[in-house]
Amino acid sequence: MSTTTIAGRQIEVNEEGFLTDPTVWDEQLGAELARLIGIELTEPHWAIVRFLREDYAVQGETATLRRVHTQTGTPMKELFTLFPGKPAKKMSYVAGLPKPKGCV
Amino acid sequence: MAETPFVPSFDDDASSGRKLAIICSKGNLDMAYPGLILANAALGEGIETHLFFTFWGFDMINKKTMHDLKFSYLGNTAMHPPGMFGVAMPQGLAGMPGMTAMTTKMMKKQIADLDVPEVPEFLEIIHASGGHLWACRMSADMMKLHEEDLVDGVEGIISASDFMELTDGAQLLFI
Repeated sequence: MSTTTIAGRQIEVNEEGFLTDPTVWDEQLGAELARLIGIELTEPHWAIVRFLREDYAVQGETATLRRVHTQTGTPMKELFTLFPGKPAKKMSYVAGLPKPKGCV
Repeated sequence: MAETPFVPSFDDDASSGRKLAIICSKGNLDMAYPGLILANAALGEGIETHLFFTFWGFDMINKKTMHDLKFSYLGNTAMHPPGMFGVAMPQGLAGMPGMTAMTTKMMKKQIADLDVPEVPEFLEIIHASGGHLWACRMSADMMKLHEEDLVDGVEGIISASDFMELTDGAQLLFI
Protein backbone atom coordinates (compact mmCIF):
# COMPACT_ATOMS: atom_id res chain seq x y z
CA MET A 1 0.00 0.00 0.00
CA SER A 2 1.28 3.47 -0.82
CA THR A 3 0.08 7.03 -1.01
CA THR A 4 -0.20 9.09 -4.15
CA THR A 5 -1.39 12.61 -4.88
CA ILE A 6 -4.52 12.81 -7.02
CA ALA A 7 -6.44 16.03 -7.56
CA GLY A 8 -4.30 17.66 -4.88
CA ARG A 9 -5.31 15.03 -2.31
CA GLN A 10 -3.29 12.34 -0.62
CA ILE A 11 -4.90 9.06 -1.65
CA GLU A 12 -3.98 5.57 -0.44
CA VAL A 13 -3.69 3.04 -3.24
CA ASN A 14 -2.78 -0.66 -3.46
CA GLU A 15 0.11 -2.15 -5.45
CA GLU A 16 -1.89 -1.84 -8.69
CA GLY A 17 -2.94 1.74 -8.06
CA PHE A 18 -6.57 1.07 -7.02
CA LEU A 19 -7.96 3.09 -4.11
CA THR A 20 -7.83 1.11 -0.87
CA ASP A 21 -10.59 3.06 0.84
CA PRO A 22 -13.79 3.53 -1.22
CA THR A 23 -15.12 6.08 1.28
CA VAL A 24 -12.61 8.78 0.28
CA TRP A 25 -14.17 8.86 -3.19
CA ASP A 26 -16.37 11.67 -4.44
CA GLU A 27 -17.47 12.59 -7.95
CA GLN A 28 -14.72 15.16 -8.35
CA LEU A 29 -12.13 12.50 -7.57
CA GLY A 30 -13.92 10.09 -9.92
CA ALA A 31 -13.63 12.57 -12.79
CA GLU A 32 -9.91 12.95 -12.09
CA LEU A 33 -9.35 9.16 -11.87
CA ALA A 34 -11.07 8.84 -15.25
CA ARG A 35 -8.95 11.62 -16.75
CA LEU A 36 -5.78 9.90 -15.53
CA ILE A 37 -6.67 6.75 -17.48
CA GLY A 38 -7.69 8.71 -20.56
CA ILE A 39 -11.46 8.74 -20.17
CA GLU A 40 -13.59 11.86 -20.22
CA LEU A 41 -16.75 11.06 -18.30
CA THR A 42 -20.05 11.66 -20.10
CA GLU A 43 -23.52 11.04 -18.69
CA PRO A 44 -23.59 7.33 -19.73
CA HIS A 45 -20.23 6.86 -17.94
CA TRP A 46 -21.63 8.50 -14.82
CA ALA A 47 -24.68 6.24 -14.87
CA ILE A 48 -22.37 3.20 -14.71
CA VAL A 49 -20.11 4.70 -12.05
CA ARG A 50 -23.06 5.66 -9.86
CA PHE A 51 -24.54 2.18 -10.25
CA LEU A 52 -21.22 0.65 -9.17
CA ARG A 53 -21.08 2.88 -6.10
CA GLU A 54 -24.66 2.11 -5.08
CA ASP A 55 -24.29 -1.61 -5.75
CA TYR A 56 -21.05 -1.77 -3.76
CA ALA A 57 -22.74 -0.06 -0.82
CA VAL A 58 -25.40 -2.79 -0.79
CA GLN A 59 -23.46 -5.89 -1.88
CA GLY A 60 -20.12 -5.12 -0.25
CA GLU A 61 -18.26 -6.14 -3.39
CA THR A 62 -17.70 -4.66 -6.81
CA ALA A 63 -20.16 -5.71 -9.50
CA THR A 64 -18.75 -7.84 -12.30
CA LEU A 65 -19.21 -6.70 -15.88
CA ARG A 66 -22.07 -9.15 -16.30
CA ARG A 67 -23.81 -7.76 -13.23
CA VAL A 68 -23.43 -4.20 -14.56
CA HIS A 69 -24.86 -5.39 -17.87
CA THR A 70 -27.85 -7.19 -16.38
CA GLN A 71 -28.65 -4.70 -13.61
CA THR A 72 -28.34 -1.49 -15.65
CA GLY A 73 -29.53 -2.96 -18.95
CA THR A 74 -26.52 -1.41 -20.70
CA PRO A 75 -25.56 -3.49 -23.76
CA MET A 76 -22.22 -5.26 -23.36
CA LYS A 77 -20.94 -3.59 -26.52
CA GLU A 78 -21.60 -0.16 -25.01
CA LEU A 79 -19.72 -1.06 -21.82
CA PHE A 80 -16.70 -1.91 -23.96
CA THR A 81 -17.09 1.42 -25.82
CA LEU A 82 -17.41 3.50 -22.67
CA PHE A 83 -14.48 1.84 -20.89
CA PRO A 84 -12.37 0.38 -23.70
CA GLY A 85 -9.91 -2.49 -23.31
CA LYS A 86 -10.48 -3.62 -19.75
CA PRO A 87 -13.97 -2.34 -18.93
CA ALA A 88 -14.54 -4.03 -15.56
CA LYS A 89 -11.22 -2.86 -14.13
CA LYS A 90 -11.46 0.64 -15.59
CA MET A 91 -14.97 1.33 -14.35
CA SER A 92 -14.20 0.05 -10.87
CA TYR A 93 -11.04 2.18 -10.74
CA VAL A 94 -12.99 5.30 -11.73
CA ALA A 95 -15.62 4.46 -9.09
CA GLY A 96 -12.89 4.20 -6.46
CA LEU A 97 -13.67 0.52 -5.81
CA PRO A 98 -11.57 -2.66 -5.77
CA LYS A 99 -11.52 -4.57 -9.05
CA PRO A 100 -14.28 -7.22 -9.20
CA LYS A 101 -13.52 -10.65 -7.77
CA GLY A 102 -16.00 -12.75 -9.75
CA CYS A 103 -15.03 -14.70 -12.88
CA VAL A 104 -18.09 -13.79 -14.95
CA MET B 1 6.52 20.32 -9.54
CA ALA B 2 3.69 18.03 -8.46
CA GLU B 3 4.50 14.31 -8.25
CA THR B 4 3.11 12.11 -11.01
CA PRO B 5 0.10 10.22 -9.63
CA PHE B 6 0.44 6.44 -9.37
CA VAL B 7 -2.20 5.08 -11.74
CA PRO B 8 -2.91 1.46 -12.80
CA SER B 9 -1.42 0.65 -16.20
CA PHE B 10 -4.47 -0.57 -18.07
CA ASP B 11 -3.27 -0.44 -21.64
CA ASP B 12 0.48 -0.36 -21.79
CA ASP B 13 1.28 -3.75 -20.28
CA ALA B 14 2.04 -7.09 -21.88
CA SER B 15 -1.58 -7.74 -22.81
CA SER B 16 -1.56 -5.25 -25.68
CA GLY B 17 -1.31 -7.32 -28.82
CA ARG B 18 -2.00 -10.53 -26.87
CA LYS B 19 -4.16 -13.04 -28.71
CA LEU B 20 -5.95 -16.16 -27.48
CA ALA B 21 -7.35 -19.04 -29.52
CA ILE B 22 -9.67 -21.56 -27.88
CA ILE B 23 -10.68 -24.77 -29.62
CA CYS B 24 -13.97 -26.12 -28.25
CA SER B 25 -14.33 -29.79 -29.17
CA LYS B 26 -16.82 -31.05 -26.57
CA GLY B 27 -20.60 -30.87 -26.44
CA ASN B 28 -21.19 -31.77 -22.79
CA LEU B 29 -22.55 -29.05 -20.56
CA ASP B 30 -19.61 -29.20 -18.15
CA MET B 31 -17.07 -29.07 -20.97
CA ALA B 32 -18.77 -26.11 -22.68
CA TYR B 33 -18.15 -23.73 -19.82
CA PRO B 34 -14.34 -23.64 -19.45
CA GLY B 35 -13.90 -22.21 -22.96
CA LEU B 36 -16.72 -19.70 -22.53
CA ILE B 37 -15.52 -18.47 -19.16
CA LEU B 38 -11.92 -18.12 -20.28
CA ALA B 39 -12.96 -16.36 -23.50
CA ASN B 40 -15.11 -13.94 -21.54
CA ALA B 41 -12.29 -13.25 -19.08
CA ALA B 42 -9.79 -12.72 -21.88
CA LEU B 43 -12.08 -10.23 -23.63
CA GLY B 44 -12.50 -8.32 -20.39
CA GLU B 45 -8.70 -7.99 -20.28
CA GLY B 46 -8.56 -6.56 -23.79
CA ILE B 47 -7.18 -9.77 -25.34
CA GLU B 48 -8.14 -10.56 -28.94
CA THR B 49 -10.06 -13.83 -28.61
CA HIS B 50 -11.04 -16.46 -31.19
CA LEU B 51 -13.12 -19.58 -30.52
CA PHE B 52 -13.14 -22.48 -32.97
CA PHE B 53 -15.94 -25.01 -32.58
CA THR B 54 -15.21 -28.49 -33.86
CA PHE B 55 -16.69 -31.99 -33.62
CA TRP B 56 -18.93 -32.25 -30.55
CA GLY B 57 -18.19 -28.61 -29.80
CA PHE B 58 -20.58 -27.89 -32.68
CA ASP B 59 -23.43 -28.63 -30.29
CA MET B 60 -22.52 -25.39 -28.51
CA ILE B 61 -23.28 -23.28 -31.60
CA ASN B 62 -25.93 -25.42 -33.31
CA LYS B 63 -29.28 -23.64 -32.74
CA LYS B 64 -30.98 -27.03 -32.35
CA THR B 65 -28.72 -28.31 -29.56
CA MET B 66 -27.16 -25.30 -27.81
CA HIS B 67 -30.05 -24.82 -25.39
CA ASP B 68 -29.98 -28.42 -24.31
CA LEU B 69 -26.41 -29.51 -23.54
CA LYS B 70 -26.27 -32.29 -21.00
CA PHE B 71 -24.11 -33.42 -18.13
CA SER B 72 -23.49 -37.05 -17.26
CA TYR B 73 -20.98 -38.25 -14.70
CA LEU B 74 -20.59 -41.58 -16.45
CA GLY B 75 -16.85 -42.16 -16.62
CA ASN B 76 -16.15 -39.24 -14.28
CA THR B 77 -14.92 -40.75 -11.03
CA ALA B 78 -14.47 -37.28 -9.49
CA MET B 79 -18.24 -36.79 -9.30
CA HIS B 80 -19.72 -36.29 -5.85
CA PRO B 81 -23.08 -34.92 -4.75
CA PRO B 82 -22.97 -31.09 -4.37
CA GLY B 83 -20.95 -30.16 -1.29
CA MET B 84 -20.41 -33.81 -0.29
CA PHE B 85 -16.71 -34.19 -0.96
CA GLY B 86 -15.39 -37.72 -0.64
CA VAL B 87 -18.82 -39.28 -1.22
CA ALA B 88 -18.63 -41.38 -4.38
CA MET B 89 -21.52 -41.69 -6.82
CA PRO B 90 -21.84 -45.25 -8.14
CA GLN B 91 -20.87 -45.27 -11.82
CA GLY B 92 -23.61 -47.79 -12.63
CA LEU B 93 -26.22 -45.33 -11.46
CA ALA B 94 -25.10 -42.76 -14.03
CA GLY B 95 -26.36 -44.99 -16.80
CA MET B 96 -29.85 -45.39 -15.36
CA PRO B 97 -32.76 -43.80 -17.27
CA GLY B 98 -33.43 -40.25 -16.11
CA MET B 99 -30.06 -39.85 -14.41
CA THR B 100 -28.55 -37.57 -17.10
CA ALA B 101 -31.63 -35.33 -16.99
CA MET B 102 -31.32 -35.08 -13.23
CA THR B 103 -27.58 -34.34 -13.13
CA THR B 104 -27.99 -31.81 -15.95
CA LYS B 105 -30.73 -30.02 -14.05
CA MET B 106 -28.60 -29.94 -10.91
CA MET B 107 -25.57 -28.55 -12.71
CA LYS B 108 -27.65 -25.92 -14.54
CA LYS B 109 -29.04 -24.77 -11.23
CA GLN B 110 -25.62 -24.47 -9.65
CA ILE B 111 -24.39 -22.45 -12.64
CA ALA B 112 -27.46 -20.19 -12.57
CA ASP B 113 -27.04 -19.65 -8.83
CA LEU B 114 -23.69 -18.01 -9.60
CA ASP B 115 -25.44 -15.74 -12.13
CA VAL B 116 -23.42 -17.34 -14.91
CA PRO B 117 -25.45 -17.32 -18.14
CA GLU B 118 -26.61 -20.37 -20.08
CA VAL B 119 -24.60 -21.31 -23.17
CA PRO B 120 -26.61 -19.38 -25.82
CA GLU B 121 -26.61 -16.16 -23.80
CA PHE B 122 -22.94 -16.61 -22.97
CA LEU B 123 -22.11 -16.84 -26.68
CA GLU B 124 -24.12 -13.66 -27.31
CA ILE B 125 -22.15 -11.86 -24.59
CA ILE B 126 -18.83 -13.08 -25.99
CA HIS B 127 -19.83 -11.91 -29.45
CA ALA B 128 -20.99 -8.52 -28.13
CA SER B 129 -17.72 -8.19 -26.21
CA GLY B 130 -15.79 -8.46 -29.46
CA GLY B 131 -15.00 -12.20 -29.39
CA HIS B 132 -14.76 -14.08 -32.69
CA LEU B 133 -16.72 -17.32 -33.17
CA TRP B 134 -15.68 -19.73 -35.93
CA ALA B 135 -17.15 -23.06 -37.01
CA CYS B 136 -15.08 -25.98 -38.30
CA ARG B 137 -15.55 -26.77 -42.00
CA MET B 138 -15.00 -30.52 -41.67
CA SER B 139 -17.47 -30.84 -38.78
CA ALA B 140 -20.07 -28.84 -40.72
CA ASP B 141 -19.62 -31.12 -43.73
CA MET B 142 -19.79 -34.28 -41.60
CA MET B 143 -22.96 -33.13 -39.83
CA LYS B 144 -24.42 -31.54 -42.97
CA LEU B 145 -24.84 -28.19 -41.22
CA HIS B 146 -24.79 -24.73 -42.80
CA GLU B 147 -24.36 -21.18 -41.51
CA GLU B 148 -28.12 -20.78 -41.07
CA ASP B 149 -28.08 -23.70 -38.59
CA LEU B 150 -25.59 -21.91 -36.37
CA VAL B 151 -26.00 -19.19 -33.76
CA ASP B 152 -25.91 -15.66 -35.19
CA GLY B 153 -22.54 -14.57 -33.81
CA VAL B 154 -20.63 -17.21 -35.82
CA GLU B 155 -18.57 -15.31 -38.38
CA GLY B 156 -17.99 -18.20 -40.73
CA ILE B 157 -17.39 -21.87 -41.38
CA ILE B 158 -13.67 -22.11 -41.97
CA SER B 159 -11.01 -24.76 -42.46
CA ALA B 160 -8.46 -25.70 -39.85
CA SER B 161 -5.75 -23.98 -41.87
CA ASP B 162 -7.82 -20.77 -42.10
CA PHE B 163 -8.05 -20.87 -38.31
CA MET B 164 -4.29 -21.32 -38.02
CA GLU B 165 -3.77 -18.26 -40.20
CA LEU B 166 -6.27 -16.19 -38.21
CA THR B 167 -4.63 -17.05 -34.91
CA ASP B 168 -1.03 -16.44 -35.94
CA GLY B 169 0.95 -15.71 -32.78
CA ALA B 170 -1.94 -16.57 -30.45
CA GLN B 171 -1.80 -18.59 -27.27
CA LEU B 172 -3.90 -21.69 -27.78
CA LEU B 173 -6.21 -23.77 -25.62
CA PHE B 174 -7.75 -27.08 -26.68
CA ILE B 175 -10.81 -28.06 -24.70
